[in-house]
Amino acid sequence: MSTIPQELFYTVDHEWIRVEGDVGTVGITDYAQKALGDITFVDLPQVGQEVARGNEACAVESCKAAVSVYAPAGGRIVEVNAALADDPGKINLDCYGEGWLYKLALASKAELSKLKTPEDYGQIVVNG
Amino acid sequence: MKLIFEKSMPGRRAVQRVPSGVRASARIKPKLLRERPAELPELSELDVVRHFTGLSRHNYGVDTGFYPLGSCTMKYNPKANERIARLPGFADLHPLLPQLPGGEMMVQGALAVLHEMDRLLREICGMAAFTMQPLAGAHGELAGAMIIAAYHRDKGNRKTTILIPDSAHGTNPASAAIAGYQVKSIPSSADGEIDFDQLAEALNDEVAGLMLTCPNTFGLFNPRIKEIADEVHGVDGLMYYDGANLNALLGRCRPGDLGFDIVHLNLHKTFATPHGGGGPGAGPVGVVEKLVPYLPISLVRERPDGSLYLDYDPPKSIGYIAPFYGNFAVILRAYAYILMLGRDGLLRASENAVLNANYLLDRLKPYFDVPVGRPCMHECVFSASRQAKKGVRAMDIAKALIDRGFHPPTVYFPLTVPEAIMIEPTETESKETLDEFIAALVEIARLAEEDPEAIKSCPKTTPVGRLDEVAAARKPDLASL
Amino acid sequence: MPFIANTDAQRREMLEAIGLSSPDDLFRDIPPELRCRELKLPGGLSEQEVHAHLAALADHNTTGLVSFLGGGIYDHFIPAAVEAIASRSEFYTAYTPYQPEISQGNLQAIFEFQSAICRLTEMEVANASLYDGGTALYEAIMMALRVTGRNRVIVDDSVSPIYRTMIRSYTRNFGIELVETLSGQGLPDREAIRRQLNDQTAAVVVQNPTFFGCVDDATDIGEMAHARGALLIVSVYPISLGLLKTPGAMAADIVTGEGQSLGLPLSFGGPYLGFMASRKALVHRMPGRIVGRAADSQGRKGFVLTLQAREQHIRREKATSNICTNEALCALTALVYLSLLGKQGLRELAQTCADKAFYAQRRLLKVPGVTLRFPGRWYFNELVVDLPLPADKVIRKLLQRGMAAGFPLVRYWPEMDHSLLIAVTEKRTKKDIDLLAHLLEAIL
Repeated sequence: MSTIPQELFYTVDHEWIRVEGDVGTVGITDYAQKALGDITFVDLPQVGQEVARGNEACAVESCKAAVSVYAPAGGRIVEVNAALADDPGKINLDCYGEGWLYKLALASKAELSKLKTPEDYGQIVVNG
Repeated sequence: MKLIFEKSMPGRRAVQRVPSGVRASARIKPKLLRERPAELPELSELDVVRHFTGLSRHNYGVDTGFYPLGSCTMKYNPKANERIARLPGFADLHPLLPQLPGGEMMVQGALAVLHEMDRLLREICGMAAFTMQPLAGAHGELAGAMIIAAYHRDKGNRKTTILIPDSAHGTNPASAAIAGYQVKSIPSSADGEIDFDQLAEALNDEVAGLMLTCPNTFGLFNPRIKEIADEVHGVDGLMYYDGANLNALLGRCRPGDLGFDIVHLNLHKTFATPHGGGGPGAGPVGVVEKLVPYLPISLVRERPDGSLYLDYDPPKSIGYIAPFYGNFAVILRAYAYILMLGRDGLLRASENAVLNANYLLDRLKPYFDVPVGRPCMHECVFSASRQAKKGVRAMDIAKALIDRGFHPPTVYFPLTVPEAIMIEPTETESKETLDEFIAALVEIARLAEEDPEAIKSCPKTTPVGRLDEVAAARKPDLASL
Repeated sequence: MPFIANTDAQRREMLEAIGLSSPDDLFRDIPPELRCRELKLPGGLSEQEVHAHLAALADHNTTGLVSFLGGGIYDHFIPAAVEAIASRSEFYTAYTPYQPEISQGNLQAIFEFQSAICRLTEMEVANASLYDGGTALYEAIMMALRVTGRNRVIVDDSVSPIYRTMIRSYTRNFGIELVETLSGQGLPDREAIRRQLNDQTAAVVVQNPTFFGCVDDATDIGEMAHARGALLIVSVYPISLGLLKTPGAMAADIVTGEGQSLGLPLSFGGPYLGFMASRKALVHRMPGRIVGRAADSQGRKGFVLTLQAREQHIRREKATSNICTNEALCALTALVYLSLLGKQGLRELAQTCADKAFYAQRRLLKVPGVTLRFPGRWYFNELVVDLPLPADKVIRKLLQRGMAAGFPLVRYWPEMDHSLLIAVTEKRTKKDIDLLAHLLEAIL
């Protein structure tokens, strides 16, 4: 059973986004962190980098896998979670909180309508 | 064991100084010199020999014991080949010698090895010509992907994609990507074969080729292989043969006859050259007639008078993928091996390889889940799903085998089988060895039921237990400086 | 049958046990129309016969030449202990150390090799080796593209033409801009490089000593590159690092080289040994296997393959490279060689090579008509002389007299048809060098 907080939005690639005003905080879901196992390294994006919706923003590695983390919506990277450099395990322990990856200044709020609700994402996870 | 640097004793030395014999002292401008000598260890020859002898005793090779890694073909490495590779007539040849005017005539013996090897491999694989240049299997795959790209470019085809089964080895998609292609993964069906219908659906004019291992990584021979080849050729795609599993077919079936256009071989697998702990290997690539123009430079050709020369001129060649003619000393060993086996030896090799694998499959079936219920070829795949329900996973079973004196088989590959265990015994193992291995696995299966902890705590007999790979990756400590 | 253990009786027993009546049943999955009739190959030979055949072929090669051939592959003396250790079958019949508990010997050796390369080059991290110096240089270029996200690479033409040809072959399937700058007097031309450097440049690639044997300090080139956000890649000759300024001291970002000179025989083209080292910050983009330290649950120290998420078996088409093998046995060989030479031995060896090359220069310049092509440059153990006759002609004549006088640069630089690249190692004696001069005097 994986956790799916109700106040967030999701993508089919197991990213979550918390929207506060014009800023979105992005991370990977509980399902993803379980599948990866102990996270060993995070390749964070650069602050100031522009990303389009669906493009690779950063990468997360564990001993046995490496995955791309895509941008759930387009925008400019305004902050990255530098604490992950020393302790990537935060993603495993608290993927919705201290394990956040990066923050985006959203280019277009309209894109948010393309995201999955917690219910839709729950279906995706169940169906595998 | 202490690091070699920790054994250093200032002032000690192994190699003695040889006087230069010339009265000349080169003084290079100080700004161009290093400030301090390199911090290499200072040891006597005995120190060095003891250190590495000690390291070797913490290692395990085919010469130590059974080494049934799937798709690696850990067969015995004949010592005769080691002696041949050290013959000064080969070992002391500088690779630039044939590039000197008049130099080609001084390396006719070496060129003969390359030339004859080309001819032998053509016959074994049913191909029109071979290049010996690729320096490893994966390098051969890359060369193959580059040849595919060159062919399509030359024909003016607009091809973007290479198809690869989801059961394939990771080097296949990696090589295709480096040759500039997108990769589309084709699922396997329940019988372990590439899904024919999904393959047919994926075939369109943008497909440059299909990379297949045959038998596949489940150890299964696809009887529809010719049909598949016809479909791929139908879109002017090329059929690429990953030769990792050729040991199953030696002497009785040739990739060329199955419809493949390009073949790469792993001399360090099928042709018994040593694995070296992870190299050096060699990955010769063979092609059908229409692809010969694209082979890498240089090829060995024969003049009417029988003398051999290196052809540097093929205008459509993909160029140089290695500095010279390939890993010559590895090719030499494989050449000697083929000569020793001959026509019948190759047949007996594949026959015994397949027999040994089927014997293991049959004896172990009652104890481990089998993803595909068919007899296998030279390797068999199990799933430890039954044991995993009791908390004992494929990795635990592998570690338990270590305690029983065996090198574990491959685990977690192919990726499409949960808790996969892939076993390739090879033909050089005896029935007694197989019976001991079977007995060990049967006991492990029993313990997995009755006392899972006994398995999960393995290995217990090795100098170190399971190492924390997560910590090692999080805080990499990669050199002693 | 050679190397098959099972007797006929055992085979029958096994077939019976699995319910088959004949070995042919094992292959029933192969449709008869796909089987080949008998291979047109000779029958097998005994070990004795094979040895005789190969020994005859070996004799068909001329090895007694006095050789001044270099060009990236060098004839150095290999101490007997190197071969003795590298031929221990626990090392050479092992596979890649994916089960670390029974491969600590191999893993520790690779860790020590990585460390030795770092100490030699004064860089922070190194990988477990790559196929050869040329593919290593290509991999370094790809790494620089990944690190910078840019698309353009400057390669000076004083870098080995063999390697440059390989790099062109590999990269033609990508949209990479490869710019070759013309060297000046045997060294990279700084102005030419400065003119080509822009904000799309990922790296500047140089070699030390250059292919012409000239010794350089690329620190200023590195500064130029870094000012534009590009990396400095240096390809090096390891024996020269017994004396020469290290790429680490030049602030290089990635270092590669050919390790053949570290105890590997010439072997007509391979196997050789590529090595790669870089700054620690770049390690996650580095291709190839890497060994790191680790501990078990009882705190016992050991070694594992690490950062495997970069590699092909996990990332598949997104891998940093498709490389699967390293050259483990060759890396072990190099480590043993460096351990036997040691700190003082390597420095002395490098000095000896340089002294002999210096003697060769003096002696050859006494031959009428012979000049140094790049006077005023410093060199280590390789130098270019210009002859009054085409070098091809001279080489052919000297080969007939039992001497490989050097490599004719006209093969790669058409205008240098009188130039000869001569390498001198510790194995060349004063007599050899005097003979070369004597023969040149006779011919020219």
